[in-house]
Amino acid sequence: MVRFILKRLGLALITLFLLSVIVFLLGQVLPSDPGRSVLGPLADPHAVKALDHQLGVDKPILTQYWNWISNFPGTSTQYQAPIGPILGPALGRSIKLAIFAFIIVVPLGILGGVVSALNYGRPVDKTISIVGQSALTIPEFVSGIILIVIFAVELKWLPVSATAPPGSGFFTQVKYLILPVIPLVLILFGYIARMARVGTVEALDSDYARTAILKGLPRGVVIRRHVLRNSLLPTITVVATQTGYLIGGLVVIETLFRYNGIGLLTYNAANQHDIPMLEACVLTIGVVYMVVTLIADISFSLLNPRIRLRAAE
Amino acid sequence: MSIVDVPVESTGAIQAGQREVRRDLLRGLSKSPMFIIGAVVLLFWIVCAIFGPTIAPHDPLVQNLEAINRSPSSSHWFGTDQLGRDVFSRVIVGVRDVMIIAPLATLLGTVLGTIIGLVMGYYRGLVDDTLGRFVEAFLALPLVVTGLIALSTLGRSNLVLIIVIGVLFTPLIARTVRAAVLLERELDYVSAARLRGERGPYIMFVEILPNVFAPIMVEFTVRLAYAIFAILTLTFLGVGVQPPTADWALDISANFGVVPAGYWWEVTFAAIAIITLIVAVTLISDSIQATLEDQ
Repeated sequence: MVRFILKRLGLALITLFLLSVIVFLLGQVLPSDPGRSVLGPLADPHAVKALDHQLGVDKPILTQYWNWISNFPGTSTQYQAPIGPILGPALGRSIKLAIFAFIIVVPLGILGGVVSALNYGRPVDKTISIVGQSALTIPEFVSGIILIVIFAVELKWLPVSATAPPGSGFFTQVKYLILPVIPLVLILFGYIARMARVGTVEALDSDYARTAILKGLPRGVVIRRHVLRNSLLPTITVVATQTGYLIGGLVVIETLFRYNGIGLLTYNAANQHDIPMLEACVLTIGVVYMVVTLIADISFSLLNPRIRLRAAE
Repeated sequence: MSIVDVPVESTGAIQAGQREVRRDLLRGLSKSPMFIIGAVVLLFWIVCAIFGPTIAPHDPLVQNLEAINRSPSSSHWFGTDQLGRDVFSRVIVGVRDVMIIAPLATLLGTVLGTIIGLVMGYYRGLVDDTLGRFVEAFLALPLVVTGLIALSTLGRSNLVLIIVIGVLFTPLIARTVRAAVLLERELDYVSAARLRGERGPYIMFVEILPNVFAPIMVEFTVRLAYAIFAILTLTFLGVGVQPPTADWALDISANFGVVPAGYWWEVTFAAIAIITLIVAVTLISDSIQATLEDQ
């Protein structure tokens, strides 16, 4: 088991290194003239040179990479301040939004998938599949803007912004987060429901489920004790792999609802040409995703004796 | 985002067999109501993309500062925006860039992904492991986030958009193709070709490729929906299609700030247009998938 975890950690470190190389290449190496692209075509050549020097892009590539990674996260060109103290709290606020989305969508998605599977091939199943599949591919800003028009502007039930006034209580904060969370829930619902459906259909079809039915167990007991236990494990790992897409969605949702998280920070960095900030945000997002999948992987194998025992061999 | 498992029934690389499969597919699709609805809606938007400027009652780019933020009326069916431009005309013409960028980007990703997937699946070993690591590192970043950093450093143009989305789709498609190739390479016709002394590239592209065509086609249609998703999202974030082009996502991004003031028409019609296009593509890709699975 320990060996399995160590191996997973080692692989994660290699992936992390490659990830940092990709971000570094995209941010600093591929653009032919970073100073110029920040300052624009009309800028003074001296200013461009000075900025290139400040960014360190006039040095050899390996030195640049080392300077960047050893000073991570570095200094924002937009705020002229260290990135860490800005990025940290923003990440915290995004995690709050993400957790809220997961709390709503995981039970809902699993329920949708299981109901679908139990009604395999019937209209209920088809409806859930089509709704889920369509929701999966509608961009968050589209569902978000329609929700704003209906619930915030026309009906005036919910606020347009996602940020509650400072010092407001728990329920007020939740009220402000409801609209931003729905588009994220819509996207994830389709995916989780599909996984739960596939898992449940497979488990229902298995020999142990048939045995349980044939030995006379009530349908409810078979489903609860034999089917769900086996079908939900893979679904839960899939939920973890969705974190990345959820963060991608956060960039859009935080922009649309002006919510001060890592998504809005990434958006502003991209549109203000704040390359160090952009690189820091992107790498942080990658790291968060990898940590979550790693935890999910390890806890999945701890929960599932089939993997635990195979790894111990 | 997803790997679609399609059972790959190998019939050997017989041309007639391939044609048969394609004819069955078309026959199956023509009976599927979902496919027909999707195709009709898609056709409507294709017509708008091609003849949009002729159909539109007003020039989508002409500003009329004396008629800004007008609500829908008989002269402006969908109202006017903050610059007094006709929203109806902008919705009709606004499909054009997406219709050009999405298929080209998906095609680029499919071609690159197929080549890499064939190499990974056929040679396996070190090549597969090394490429696999890179694929995994790429997948650790949400597409929107990688797109955001790539487009903001490489420059914002439709060409860069096509290349970035195509390259970002490559690892996903490569993964699907690799899985299909791993199944195929164990079959007799591949060993036969190897014993005949055929070289790797010949076996990959002439023997295996025709037999993994079905999963690649499914992957293409699924990716097309995501390409539309990605293009619209990146445009909304300011790094995709650039103003003053009439574009749905661009219009939503430019006008969502005035929605709280009650000017709902400036974003709602574009949002509905996006939903119809994406649902149409999803219906088509779902019915192709279902028809292939039935066979």
